[in-house]
Amino acid sequence: MTLLRLAERGLYCEAGDFYIDPWQPVERAVITHAHGDHARWGSERYLSSREAAGVLRTRLGSGATIRAVDYGEAIDVNGVRVSLHPAGHILGSAQVRVEHRGEVWVASGDYKTQPDPTCTPFELVRCHTFITESTFGLPIYRWPPDSEVFDAIRAWWRSNRDHGRASLLFGYALGKAQRLLAGLADADVGPVYTHGAVERLNRDYRHAGVRLADTQYASGMPRGHDFAGSLIVAPPSAAGSLWVRRFGAISTGFASGWMRVRGARRRRAVDRGFVLSDHVDWPSLLATVEATGAERVWVTHGTREPLVRWLSERGIEARVVASQWKGEEDTDPVEVPGEEITA
Amino acid sequence: MRRFALLFAAIDETTRTNEKVDAMAEYFRSADPADAAWAVWFLSGGRPKRLIPVRRLAGWAMEEADVPEWLFSECYDAVGDLAEAMSLLLPDRETTTDLALHQWITERLLPLGTKGEEDQRASVVQCWRELGGTERFIWNKLITGGFRVGVSQQLVVRALAKATGVAEGVIAHRLSGTWVPRAESFTSLSASETSDADVSRPYPFFLAYPLEEEIEALGSPAEWQAEWKWDGIRAQVIRRDGRTFIWSRGEELVTERFPEIAGAADFLPDGTVLDGEIMPWKDGAPLPFAQLQRRIGRKSLGGSILSDVPVVLVAYDLLELEGCDIRNEPLARRRAMLNEVITASRSTAFLPSPIVPLASWADAQAAYAGARERSAEGLMLKRSDSAYGVGRRKGGWWKWKVQPFTVDAVMIYAQAGHGRRASLHTDYTFAVWDDGVLVPFAKAYSGLTDDEIRDLDRWIRANTVEKFGPVRHVKPVHVFELGFEGIQASARHKSGVAVRFPRILRWRTDKRAEDADTLATLRAFL
Repeated sequence: MTLLRLAERGLYCEAGDFYIDPWQPVERAVITHAHGDHARWGSERYLSSREAAGVLRTRLGSGATIRAVDYGEAIDVNGVRVSLHPAGHILGSAQVRVEHRGEVWVASGDYKTQPDPTCTPFELVRCHTFITESTFGLPIYRWPPDSEVFDAIRAWWRSNRDHGRASLLFGYALGKAQRLLAGLADADVGPVYTHGAVERLNRDYRHAGVRLADTQYASGMPRGHDFAGSLIVAPPSAAGSLWVRRFGAISTGFASGWMRVRGARRRRAVDRGFVLSDHVDWPSLLATVEATGAERVWVTHGTREPLVRWLSERGIEARVVASQWKGEEDTDPVEVPGEEITA
Repeated sequence: MRRFALLFAAIDETTRTNEKVDAMAEYFRSADPADAAWAVWFLSGGRPKRLIPVRRLAGWAMEEADVPEWLFSECYDAVGDLAEAMSLLLPDRETTTDLALHQWITERLLPLGTKGEEDQRASVVQCWRELGGTERFIWNKLITGGFRVGVSQQLVVRALAKATGVAEGVIAHRLSGTWVPRAESFTSLSASETSDADVSRPYPFFLAYPLEEEIEALGSPAEWQAEWKWDGIRAQVIRRDGRTFIWSRGEELVTERFPEIAGAADFLPDGTVLDGEIMPWKDGAPLPFAQLQRRIGRKSLGGSILSDVPVVLVAYDLLELEGCDIRNEPLARRRAMLNEVITASRSTAFLPSPIVPLASWADAQAAYAGARERSAEGLMLKRSDSAYGVGRRKGGWWKWKVQPFTVDAVMIYAQAGHGRRASLHTDYTFAVWDDGVLVPFAKAYSGLTDDEIRDLDRWIRANTVEKFGPVRHVKPVHVFELGFEGIQASARHKSGVAVRFPRILRWRTDKRAEDADTLATLRAFL
């Protein structure tokens, strides 16, 4: 029996009797981050990083029982030593380190190693078995530097402003939207408006001390408000909805790792794609796997088979783990934007 | 190259026609004529010949990117485009070069054709090291011979007209035929002198729009001329300066392939241009299109094919008479002159397109209903006072096509598409029942909405029975109504029939696989 194993309700630690990011309600759930496919409703008790507690509460509702621990703070769960370490994915995202009788496992959840001003940087944790995502597990995925991407976003906004258009920028409501707003905080871009699903999470980020560009809630503006020249940040699911009509002439952009591929951008039918991802790209993924020193690698959601084959050919014991996590999907947004808040 | 890449990106990143035209016009105004000439050529669909086999090129890319073949294939599948997959896999550029577009073509691309394999490789790898992003993507598209831009010829013409101030019709005419991408060619596009000397040059074809409204909405039938809509090869026959040229609508010179028509054209007076349909025609009636296809495929035309499948030009229009462009004369007048020209030619290779009498719209309805029996695709309706325009314009000419044949068929195989549809399953194979077995008979790609494609893709992934390479064999569950234009007996197809232009009309979610049609239904159309 391995220390962690895939059970019906999720990734399970029998020795400690707890689950990591279970997809069905359980007694004890350790949560890597607050995205909907990792943090599901209905479990009795949740354990998360202190940094994640705010967004997790917004996501799970005020009734959830959440215990927050600091990064690196080890706790004992039925004799198993559990600690959370920064994953660099979104605010509060964590890798779960599980140690029992000298054996160390790390479940990384979703992670990236690039710097991101909205969350604590990824921390490398040495382990025997590393459980990694593979959302962008192909060598075609290599991320450009953030500065290049934000320069492109600014230039796009400026050109739209000069043509009297609003710039409608899509990014996932939790994480990507705030990373965009943080990156544009000193960029002299704006005014900046947001969709309700984004604005609600902005509060949690600001509360956690993350500096974002000043934003206004778009639906709170009076009827007939002129949005020309502004930047609007919204979840991808808002594309093509009635909500978009109020902005008049617009140019649309989408910030996602998928935008590295031209066909993905064209399928989305957006004018511009900006390559900005909260997941590791191929070179960072391989470098991370190597640096953990893991002799065994489990590969979850994403492009699993090629990564497993690549690692196996290099002498690492690797296998596919059929989790129900989705990472960032090309076809559907991970989260459904919530009801719009009343301003 | 950088400017051309910016132009490509600007066109690629908008769906607004005006923005595409503005971006092109701006480029044409400011670019070096040598670059602009190549840009016009590429934007108009010109493609350099493929100088390096794709497999060889992919092999170099794998080695440069240090990626094994299996992983390269995974990447290609995910991207759906070989040129792009290579661009994304190769290491980032090492240096930058500021070579102009025409230099990339004439100094780097075209010389590849005369080099040995090792030199080719060194040269291509060097180019990869000098190019990044969109520029590298375009370069790869150029060497694989697959460069395409999302603009129509009409938009290129409009942009050139905007940039040069020369009328669209004149630009279109100057661009048609064999236009050579050289600085002088570009400069002469904008010349104010309009009597172009090139004797071979055809006029841009005028195309009809599909009739969408009720026919009565066209007004009085007295103002219209009706003809059969033939399914052949649209062509212009040109006689100028003692020489004959036959151009197909694809702007291909096909004079040699139709000696009957070319021979007859030699007796037309100089300065004559006919527009019509090349049709296989025997004993006073058309032959099926497939017969014409037999001829088209051949390099040399032996005696038997000429007697088995003779062709005529069913003439629709007269565009030039005694060296004068008469496209702006009213149709009725052009038609009268056309009849005179053909009568005077005394040739059986020219046949004025029969006019369908039109005393009332009921006549048109009756003719339309009987079109298929005449092997016609429907009716053409042209205003008697209409000019011969450029491209596809609404108003003067309408095509009224008969409804296609339809059949309900079961999807049995699916394959991912390319480009915009990469990684979505959009290429489907359909089957009908024959003695309790599903027999495949048609592939179709188009006809579903984006939402339907997405739903179906999800279903396909979850219901794959077996995979053969990129092809998925799926559970026979979904029924689709397919439409097609024609049907032929075929020994080469398992089903024994070959259908022409199959497409999906709708997803019959109301039908079960058992309710789909049978091969007997298809055979009954033969």
